[in-house]
Amino acid sequence: MPSTADRPHADAGAPLLQLDHISKQFGGVKALDDVRFDIRRGEVLCLAGENGCGKSTLIKIISGVHRPEPGAVMLFNGRSVEGLDPAAARALGIQVIWQDLALFPEMTVAENIAFESNLGARPRLVDYGAMKAAAVRILGRLGVKLDLQAPLRTLPIAQRQIVAVARALVAEATLVFMDEPTASLSQAETDALLAIVRRLSDEGIAVVFVSHRLAEVLDVCSRVTVLRDGRLVGTFPTEGMTQTRLTQLMTGKTFDYAVQTRDLSDAPVVLSVENLSRAPDYADVSFTIRRGEIVGLTGRLGSGRTELALSLFGMAPAAAGTVTLEGKPVRFASNREAIRAGVAYVSEDRLQLGLVQPQSISDNTAITVLDSLLGPGYLISARRQDALVDDWVRDLGVKIGHPDHAVSTLSGGNQQRIVLAKWLATHPKLLILDSPTVGVDVGARAGIFAIVHKLAEAGMAILLISDEIPEVYFNADRILHMRDGRIVGAYVPGETDIDAIEGAVHA
Amino acid sequence: MPRLGIGSTEGWLLLVILAMGGGLGLFAPSFLTLPNLFDLLNASAVNIIFGVGLLVVLIAGGIDISFAVAASVVQYLTAMALAPLGGGDWAVGLLLAGGFGALLGCLNAFFIHQFRIVSIVVTIATFNLFFGLLMFWSGGVSIYDLPDWWTTRVVIFGTETAGGHAELTLPVLVMVACVAATWLLLRRTSTGRQLYAMGDNPEGARRVGISIGAMHYLAFGWLGLMAGIAGLMQSHYAQEVVPNALYGRELDVLAAVVLGGARLGGGRGTILGVFLGIILVAVTQNGLNLLGISPYAFKMIIGAIILVAITLSSQGVGRLIGSWRTPAARGAA
Repeated sequence: MPSTADRPHADAGAPLLQLDHISKQFGGVKALDDVRFDIRRGEVLCLAGENGCGKSTLIKIISGVHRPEPGAVMLFNGRSVEGLDPAAARALGIQVIWQDLALFPEMTVAENIAFESNLGARPRLVDYGAMKAAAVRILGRLGVKLDLQAPLRTLPIAQRQIVAVARALVAEATLVFMDEPTASLSQAETDALLAIVRRLSDEGIAVVFVSHRLAEVLDVCSRVTVLRDGRLVGTFPTEGMTQTRLTQLMTGKTFDYAVQTRDLSDAPVVLSVENLSRAPDYADVSFTIRRGEIVGLTGRLGSGRTELALSLFGMAPAAAGTVTLEGKPVRFASNREAIRAGVAYVSEDRLQLGLVQPQSISDNTAITVLDSLLGPGYLISARRQDALVDDWVRDLGVKIGHPDHAVSTLSGGNQQRIVLAKWLATHPKLLILDSPTVGVDVGARAGIFAIVHKLAEAGMAILLISDEIPEVYFNADRILHMRDGRIVGAYVPGETDIDAIEGAVHA
Repeated sequence: MPRLGIGSTEGWLLLVILAMGGGLGLFAPSFLTLPNLFDLLNASAVNIIFGVGLLVVLIAGGIDISFAVAASVVQYLTAMALAPLGGGDWAVGLLLAGGFGALLGCLNAFFIHQFRIVSIVVTIATFNLFFGLLMFWSGGVSIYDLPDWWTTRVVIFGTETAGGHAELTLPVLVMVACVAATWLLLRRTSTGRQLYAMGDNPEGARRVGISIGAMHYLAFGWLGLMAGIAGLMQSHYAQEVVPNALYGRELDVLAAVVLGGARLGGGRGTILGVFLGIILVAVTQNGLNLLGISPYAFKMIIGAIILVAITLSSQGVGRLIGSWRTPAARGAA
């Protein structure tokens, strides 16, 4: 891990943005309370905190979307910039790269990068040549090659991320906010993006990095500003900071990360997979999961792990091999059969596939078990549905306003709990969790894993898929490593060192 | 078909048009003659003007059902307004028709933007409003005593061929102007690119600072302008103003435009695609006529095209099919 303290701009830069006494009230809620924030030229600073801590409000104030309450001090390059609006913020070179990127999928890469030149109310003639030249110049600065004429939708997510960075740079950025830039990237892609972040820093551009992945935060940033419940906890140098300490600062609680393997070799086998193959996704995969066991499956994006999970869930039939569930060979023709047989799958893509966002919390929870809610006359019994939803909301500790509110109103961690509730309602024997904590903050992650461990204690067999090694290391009883569609390693946490597993997976 | 420098939809349309034209030429020799082809163009000019206008709205992520009956309203309004002006001429006529059309389009934009109602709902309502008002107020009576300049055929190019006299008329010239203006707007102006951006990713467009309201007024206003001009051209071609003459035309045009590759839901579509889509629909209709097949078969084909286009355009369906097969395609920006 390269030290960030010895990089030239970490301390040498002049102050770029200084904020003090920043407060913001929405209705009766204090989103920010007397926060102080500063960043130097060329500095990479992390803004850390759990969901709802005020990070996005602070970003919106700095980018001019929100105005702070009176009494705030905002200095940019030493000059006061009170009453900042989005256009003025852009003129100062303050750029935000949102988590969903806000790019245009049908347009070419070049036009996405140079879209700034299309802005403004006054119509002008478009100069595609100049756009292309600008895109070439910026990508050259980033040291990246992309097909400029390709429509953006044909690019993988990692390259779209680069396009978003390039677009911020076209606008002569001085300060770039990156909101969860690595949430959907593999490790190699993350490394490439972090290299770009360092390059920006070397050019004197300040970068504020928002990420739930604490390891990369500590790796790339020189200081970290921690917010909790709208208040500033403090700004700390990352030198000497540990993940445990940072987590404690963010949540105000202590979590002990300890290996929690149990010896379950006597427990009956729930799932047995033998020589399962499906070209070109995976080949010759064999493993078992016992009652109460948590098996971690890790590997890079594209290693075939999600496809394997979909096969076990009946959505992508295997071409060869056998799957045995509680001693009976099964061959699911659809996921309906899999659900009936006791398999539940919590998908990786919670926002798109896991939940019906505009529908209510109640309807989302009950959707998997509507049949069991039928009352007299084959109509859904509202009473039974309410009882079911109340039970799960209480059991999983979901923080909700009212069951009739739309699921989209919940935070990431609470949405994930609703997804869990919806599948647990089917009383599965085998629970497949595909990257269950993507976009979920540290405190909520611990909550979700507490639930997972409780389920395992109760006898559920769990397949935990994740490309974050610590997540499987500290939660699973055994770890399988998948690469290019094959299982290439099996480890027991504690017996094998975490660094050795990281090395093997990211090699 | 990258070798032609055009999109694949357009390439396929061109192939299908050529194949159908060739087939019809063998079957009905009169089809592949210059007089017939020029007539096809004269008759399609109105739909192409409607089509490029509708394209602007589709690209911006909206839809409009009301533009064809709005064009009928414009025909009446223009005829009424010309009387006190002493009859006017082409310049006044185009100005009035375009202006009335743009106003009606902006009325749609007003409801869509001010009250955040989806465009299909607003324009189904205004479709009924416009048509009901027109029939109620005109009593269903046609206007025949139009000014001379309005109804006199204007030939802009004529030539004698072995197959007879072939000529291109004024609507074709106006169509060329409308196509050129729309092309310039969409491809060559920053405003046009903002329209594409809004249809492509509305939230993204808002974030980069595009004025969503202005875009709505521009898109629906532009369609209104085109519809007004198309209405004037249709009544010029028909030499009369009939209140229900354009009723139902909106679906023919919509089918042709989505056939040309414009996506329901925004962000995608080309002028060439509109042109080829409308020509293909016209050739189909012409061919069915020549082959003596019932005109209801044509309605059936129009309906089927819209159904298929909606199915293919549905993002939900596309994501469900595409997402777990190709993980890389997920997570649209």
